[in-house]
Amino acid sequence: MAGVDEKNLALLDEPPVIGPGQTFDSVTDTITDVVLKRPIGLGWLAGLAVGMSLLGLLGVAVTYLFLRGVGIWGIEIPVGWGFAIINFVWWIGIGHAGTLISAILLLFKQTWRNSINRFAEAMTLFAVACAGMFPLLHMGRPWLGYWMFPYPNSMGVWPQFRSPLVWDVFAVSTYATISAVFWFVGLVPDFATMREGATNPFARKVYGMLSLGWRGSARHWTRYEALYILLAGISTPLVLSVHTVVSFDFAIAIVPGWHTTIFPPYFVAGAIYSGFAMVLVLAIPIRKYYGLEDMITMRHLQNSAKIMLATGLIVGYGYFFEAFIGLYSGSTYERFMLHNRWFGPYAAFYWALILLNLLVPQVLWWPKVRSSTSWLFGISLVVLVGMWLERFIIIVTSLSRDFLPSSWGHYVPTRWDWATYAGTIGLFTAAIFIFIRIVPAISIFEMRMLLPQSEVKE
Amino acid sequence: MDNKSQGKSEAVCPSKLELAEVRDKLARAKSGPQYWRSLEELAQTEGFFEMVHREFPRQASVWPEGASRRDFMKLMTASMALAGLSACVKQPVEPIVPYVRQPEPIVLGIPLYFASAMPFGGYATPVLVESHEGRPTKVEGNPDHPAGVGSDVFAQASILDMYDPDRSQAVTYTGFIRSWSDFATAVKGPLNSQTAVQGAGLRILTRTVSSPTLAAQLNAVLAVYPQAKWVQYDPLSRDNVRAGAQLAFGQYVETRYALDKADTILSLDGDFLSSGYPGFLLYARQFASRRSPELKEKMSRFYMVESTPTNTGGKADHRLPVRASEVEQVARAVAAGLGVGGGSAKPEQQKFVAALVKDLQAHKGAAVVIAGDNQPPAVHALAHAMNQALGVVGATVFYTDPVEAKPQDQTAALKELVDDMNAGKVDLLLIVGGNPVYDAPADLKFGDAMGKVQLRVQHSVFQNETTDFAHWHINATHYLEQWGDARTIDGTAALIQPLIAPLYDGKSEYEFIEALTGSSASTSYEIVRTYWQGKMTGDFEPAWRRALHDGFVAGTAYPAKAVTAKSGFIPTLSPASAGDKGGAPNLEVMFRRDPTIYDGTFSNNAWLQETAKPMTSICWDNAVQMSVKTAEKLGLKTEDVVEIDVNGRKVKGGLWRTPGHPDDAVTVFLGYGRTKSGRVGTDVGFNAYALRTSDAFYFAGGKVSKVGDGYGFANPQGWQFIDQSGIPGAEDMSDRHIVRKATLEDFIKNPDFAHEGIEAPAPEFSLYTTASGEPLFQYTAAKWGMAIDMNSCIGCKTCVVACQAENNIPVVGKEQVMRGRHMNWLRVDTYYEGGAENPTAYYQPIPCQQCENAPCEVVCPVGATVHSTEGLNDMVYNRCVGTRYCSNNCPYKVRRFNFLLWQDWDTLQYKMMRNPEVSVRSRGVMEKCTYCVQRITHGRITAEKDNRKVQDGEVITACQQACPAGAITFGDLNDPNSKVSKLRADSRNYGLLEDLNTRPRTTYMAVVLNPNPELEQSERS
Repeated sequence: MAGVDEKNLALLDEPPVIGPGQTFDSVTDTITDVVLKRPIGLGWLAGLAVGMSLLGLLGVAVTYLFLRGVGIWGIEIPVGWGFAIINFVWWIGIGHAGTLISAILLLFKQTWRNSINRFAEAMTLFAVACAGMFPLLHMGRPWLGYWMFPYPNSMGVWPQFRSPLVWDVFAVSTYATISAVFWFVGLVPDFATMREGATNPFARKVYGMLSLGWRGSARHWTRYEALYILLAGISTPLVLSVHTVVSFDFAIAIVPGWHTTIFPPYFVAGAIYSGFAMVLVLAIPIRKYYGLEDMITMRHLQNSAKIMLATGLIVGYGYFFEAFIGLYSGSTYERFMLHNRWFGPYAAFYWALILLNLLVPQVLWWPKVRSSTSWLFGISLVVLVGMWLERFIIIVTSLSRDFLPSSWGHYVPTRWDWATYAGTIGLFTAAIFIFIRIVPAISIFEMRMLLPQSEVKE
Repeated sequence: MDNKSQGKSEAVCPSKLELAEVRDKLARAKSGPQYWRSLEELAQTEGFFEMVHREFPRQASVWPEGASRRDFMKLMTASMALAGLSACVKQPVEPIVPYVRQPEPIVLGIPLYFASAMPFGGYATPVLVESHEGRPTKVEGNPDHPAGVGSDVFAQASILDMYDPDRSQAVTYTGFIRSWSDFATAVKGPLNSQTAVQGAGLRILTRTVSSPTLAAQLNAVLAVYPQAKWVQYDPLSRDNVRAGAQLAFGQYVETRYALDKADTILSLDGDFLSSGYPGFLLYARQFASRRSPELKEKMSRFYMVESTPTNTGGKADHRLPVRASEVEQVARAVAAGLGVGGGSAKPEQQKFVAALVKDLQAHKGAAVVIAGDNQPPAVHALAHAMNQALGVVGATVFYTDPVEAKPQDQTAALKELVDDMNAGKVDLLLIVGGNPVYDAPADLKFGDAMGKVQLRVQHSVFQNETTDFAHWHINATHYLEQWGDARTIDGTAALIQPLIAPLYDGKSEYEFIEALTGSSASTSYEIVRTYWQGKMTGDFEPAWRRALHDGFVAGTAYPAKAVTAKSGFIPTLSPASAGDKGGAPNLEVMFRRDPTIYDGTFSNNAWLQETAKPMTSICWDNAVQMSVKTAEKLGLKTEDVVEIDVNGRKVKGGLWRTPGHPDDAVTVFLGYGRTKSGRVGTDVGFNAYALRTSDAFYFAGGKVSKVGDGYGFANPQGWQFIDQSGIPGAEDMSDRHIVRKATLEDFIKNPDFAHEGIEAPAPEFSLYTTASGEPLFQYTAAKWGMAIDMNSCIGCKTCVVACQAENNIPVVGKEQVMRGRHMNWLRVDTYYEGGAENPTAYYQPIPCQQCENAPCEVVCPVGATVHSTEGLNDMVYNRCVGTRYCSNNCPYKVRRFNFLLWQDWDTLQYKMMRNPEVSVRSRGVMEKCTYCVQRITHGRITAEKDNRKVQDGEVITACQQACPAGAITFGDLNDPNSKVSKLRADSRNYGLLEDLNTRPRTTYMAVVLNPNPELEQSERS
């Protein structure tokens, strides 16, 4: 049409899901080369070094924690939960995007998820690993942590099932198990591909074992597809339930600022929000440095951005209604809690949260922003920080000032709080870096399915 | 013995050695090296090995053949050395009489109780001490004592003092360990040379003595050495009290009040409801008894003219904050109103004075005027005159002979002593208790003067600053380890009996003084007993045993003395009496005893250091207190480091802006800044004694300037105003209905005021009901509940220390308290109302509320906190994994968590001190108030054995037992006649945060104040 800007029109066109001119071989080679052929670069080594050193810091922090006790952190009465639970919720939340991509998008037949689901699910697994440490670490007597599990014992005592922390045990362990199984099952055909392509005999043996004797026969594929869909079906409710159960840690309590019914959907939305942010933080460098722009295209980045925007708005809705209902309720405790967040000792963090989580990501409304990798990377980092701040605000401000003013306190994290947090970031980073080099970061067989060559002719 | 010696006479063959003989021989050895030598000698004796085989078959069986001397030492010394601690050693028989049971074989697990007395502040605090298996574990008040039931923080904490590992454990000479006999030998010479000069060079410095036995001993010493001097010095001097009595009556008298007979009370800076005030136990209980609003018009009204805010002033219906030096003007104005002398108050005070005078006159015969120890003699004299004018002598005020054995002007006597020392006139100085180098007035420079004395001996329980200046230091026994006596404020003599043999072979002050005159072999038991043998009439033995059993000698109370104020003495007082002066433009620096450390005596007591002080809630520090207005004027804020300059003497401390503090003044608390006080008390706070001179004992003029900031106080609570929120736009705390209060007028019109504007959800609103709405679980056995009367509570913190002692609660130290990790199960919240100038204060003890709908129970993942069939929320320590969810969910925040390992597993003395009936918690475990479940269990077992139900009053929680005001009532709610059921049914009864549907078993009685309708409640003055 005359007068319409050609450039903008072009932007309205959806970028392709996969780059043009790809064949089965090119797809396979592009992905497997990262593992099998690409030499170890300085960049990778540097990244791994950072991750490993932080992991070492984690080892020190955890050892000291076990030796001396949970008092090395900044927690106190009334703020009995601090960084440990903030980080637990943050990591678990991040993991949800991977499962959403792997399972829900699969069931919705959103085939664009095929290039990002592998590393997203890996991200989930590593995030859950980081998260899962914290419930054990934050206990006063972690050597008895197994009492949270329902095992037949000579004491004749079961866990106390009304407690959300016990539900957490089931939710997180189910989540970890299913994610691991789902991820591994998805990898089986790709391990077979790696087995065929590997030249190093040791690698061939390992990939061979991992591929469980996959031959790629039609019978294999039939059963495989059925299993895959089944696992996706099992994983789908987990996307909603796991973080709902985690939100129950707070919603079930009577603390003003915790005890609100908006938490389950609000937490799930927030989880997907931060999860997609982490997906982008991983996807953008990976596609750039490993030449995978044809696999992970602008389409994926834009879709992720749109999901981020949508979930960010849901989170914003949550903020708004929490405030509205709190004021409208007339409950003196709720109203005070809100005023305390806005003007109390942690007010700076609250307003930073609104800025980072709510205001800054609104730039994603602009298509140009959604198409710019640097913008997307920056905003994703902002969202990750913002989501961390959200858990900080929820946990620390609510606990530090609740019902009886005589008990009010002030939480200040110690260097061990930071060290443990940084340590988990190190664990995650090291795991991702190692993952990239030994496992195909993109699902090879699913990418092949995207090619027009793969359509079955009737 | 070998066969060869059989049948021979004893002269040839030594008789069989008996263990007792051996021990006797060893006991006679006076010093370390002698002891070893004896053991060696014994090893050579024939018959020794036979004895060993006989008495110690197990050890003897491992005796290697041809054992060397060294092996012998190793194997045998332990058994011999521990001889003193085992039960089968024969000691001289000194029967102590227990309170309830005869001294039959101890039944393990059942404690015995012994009455005794704690010498404190020149008086005796009657105590009942619980003894487990021969060692004292808890101190209580003596419920039968005429001079006051209940306890105070110092008595509760005294058990820790006895077991304090920093106690002095040996006799030393210039720091080297010696023995008592070494000292006895060394002092003989100097004493002999004193005989020649009739003791002109002998000085004995003690604290205020009320012990009849000790006084008799000292007088005996003075009889032998007529030129010697016995000086008493107490840093919390009562010289003003004595001088006031002299002014008014021409003689020394003891003044005692009967506040239960008073309709109207006026206190002129006398903090009679604060621990450490003479007569505190009596006055707390009496005061509380008249504060029940059911008394209606008979409820007492309390006016206070106060300088430093104390918990006493917080209880006042009307409080006038003035600087300490200005109290006199107000006193004169009131006196003038009562027709005694002349004087007028400042214009802004006149309304208060007028209403006060009117009230006092309306209650002639049932009013009382109390003057504080820190006020100058004129104020005391005025108070005597006013009481006389009000016609209350013999009704609310009693005068008796002084309880102290030898009243004297202590400051003058101390000055004279220092002058003598400086002049070189003193050859032998004996210091019995006390720490004059630390707490004597700074201008006297006691340490330097002391250095000029030829031989200096100190007798003290702890080594302290004075020890460094002394030659000999004798380790004293603690009152729990010795015999003795002292007098309570009514003159009744209380006997002190030991609960355990001296832990470190200490000597009591009686044995110490006896070494000067009589034989050094006399024990305290003999000395005290001999004294009373001469005093008790009739059959001595039964009377003695009765006195030990009861805790007091019957019939020794001093009779009331008829004294009349000298006529016309008021005009002789100068309008502003000589002495302490604070005045503009200087700030007035007011010196006060510390509410938990007293005068420095208790600085090494960790329980007291960690107890949040009444009103400010500061612990582990003494703050420089100042009013908010003055701080603003000087540009200071809380936690600034300030330097106080009093006539060139300077100290630095942290500033704490204090609501209710008078303007243009600061308060400094004594007892801190110790340099030699053991691992707990050294280098804590600042030393206010460095500012204090003998001519300005209680207040002086000074300057304050800022020298830094970020001092950092450990304060579990901080200020809280019940009518403020601190956040813009937020509702204030009154909507939470934490403290419910009304005036007496309103209460009479509307007795149900405590339940207005808030309600607990109806019991039917629960998922846990049967179809007909009945709760699923019925409490048919005992249903424990507790009612705390906030009208009686005086915020003294005695219950807090009692709970700490009873339940083996650890101390965490200043840094951890700053991190919010104090471990006290029971805390007393203090809320202000009405602005920072002169607020009302409310005290609310918060134990675990034992909620029937406990939020903590639902959220524990491992079921470590469960509900008992009697309604207790039971904390199962060994199941707790430490997720702390229960604490997060507790709205009252009564749960305390062991974030680190704070219990001391290693120190031996603490193993003896701890209550064996309460588990000692390790790190990672949550703990909280259990309603003293160990006592409940005791009561239940006793009742079950007798096949009956627990009677009301049979089970008393530690806090209830300790409370001097009787504010805490515990009992069975299923018993309709129990005290707690009746209090529950009272209209004033309410549950804290009951709108959360927690259904707490601990409830509170709302506060009813009795303000004078002519003075606005909001004015408060």
